[in-house]
Amino acid sequence: MKYDTIIPAGESWIHEILKGQYFRIVDVEGNQAADTLFYNAHDYEDRYSAQDTVRAQANIYLTIGTRLMSSKGNVLLTIVADTCGRHDTLGGACSTESNMVRYAIEKRYMHACRQSFVKAALAWGIGLGGMLEKRDITHNINFFMNVPVTPDGGLTFEDGVSGPGKYVEMRAEMDVLAVISNCPQLNNPCNAYNPTPIHVLIWDPMD
Amino acid sequence: MNVLFEDIIQPGATWSHVLKRGTAIRMTDIKGGANAAGIFYNWESPTERYNLPDTLKAQHVAHLTRGHVLYSDMGRILCSITEDTAGWHDPLSGCSNAALAEAKYGEARYQEHRNDCIKNPYDGFVVELAKYGLSARDMAAPVNFFSKVVVDKDGNMQFVTNHSRAGTTIELRAEMNVLVLLNTCQHPLDPKPRYDPKPVSIMIGKVAAPASNDPCRVSRPENTRGFILTERYFV
Repeated sequence: MKYDTIIPAGESWIHEILKGQYFRIVDVEGNQAADTLFYNAHDYEDRYSAQDTVRAQANIYLTIGTRLMSSKGNVLLTIVADTCGRHDTLGGACSTESNMVRYAIEKRYMHACRQSFVKAALAWGIGLGGMLEKRDITHNINFFMNVPVTPDGGLTFEDGVSGPGKYVEMRAEMDVLAVISNCPQLNNPCNAYNPTPIHVLIWDPMD
Repeated sequence: MNVLFEDIIQPGATWSHVLKRGTAIRMTDIKGGANAAGIFYNWESPTERYNLPDTLKAQHVAHLTRGHVLYSDMGRILCSITEDTAGWHDPLSGCSNAALAEAKYGEARYQEHRNDCIKNPYDGFVVELAKYGLSARDMAAPVNFFSKVVVDKDGNMQFVTNHSRAGTTIELRAEMNVLVLLNTCQHPLDPKPRYDPKPVSIMIGKVAAPASNDPCRVSRPENTRGFILTERYFV
């Protein structure tokens, strides 16, 4: 294995994945949302687009065969294995501000994914040749989350499709920068009210 | 509405305006079958912008109509939908780009076709954003006004044809000072094989501030909190 790490709940992670490499995210204990963003590693302006991804396959759920599309129409990665079966890209990331709207204004002081995303983006900009800011944090993928849309245009949250050891695996179709916030949300069942670690692996096809 | 000015956004064009708090924009599909893609920013601090997931999650919806609001990523309300005769506007499908437009409609350059050349919304938005010092890094997720896309139980997305008839209107009330960009290219899932965008007329006018029993404010407890947070911004 070329790269192998555990991301504790509430932490962010940022790493490049090269074209042809495989990228696996494992839901170690089950029902843990892995909020994930991707960028073209050579042009951060060209980044994962939830709308372009769902429209390109005319389906809102991400699973085997889904091509993760960029804002400029490029295929960033393709999902090649998936033992969970369904992943969300409409529910976005929790933030201190959206927690105030969704739950109560007093929830402002609880940890949230967008804090982790911004922290990772700003850290990547220092001395690593990159430059990412809050405005580059776009709408993410929620691996292991289930957010069904109903035929009459409702949005529901029906978590529980994932389980211990389930994983999703992608092949990079170009050099990409990946950013993960391992979700700290405690106000809804997206993490079964108990945020847990996720396991991330990257390897070359020859390994 | 106390009308301040009117315009007709030509087919396939991009339009922008800083919609002031206390005013509203009324859009009308003049001929039927129009699509108006819209993106929204806090004019005073454009890193604050329309947030698609926060808008859907706060209201438990995957479509937009009267009584719904457009949330920014900062927990505030950019615009409220105060009138709507369409009943459904599509927030999910995004917009087309140069490669998709050429694959679908072929090529029609300015050299041969003058102002009837084929345009695409992504490039239209990026050029218009640049006029305000913003770039492709700042592209927000468009709402496709006047278009309907339904999702079945397996997640399949289906564009509904003949959704918007001539005369269909929607009114957005600005709850902040909002940079609004609109583009009238066809919806990216519109199955019509021919490049045939429609014009959209707009009317900007003064409107009353939302009352304590405003339908958008009281439609959900989340929106009541959203209005509180928006009003705190102006304290």
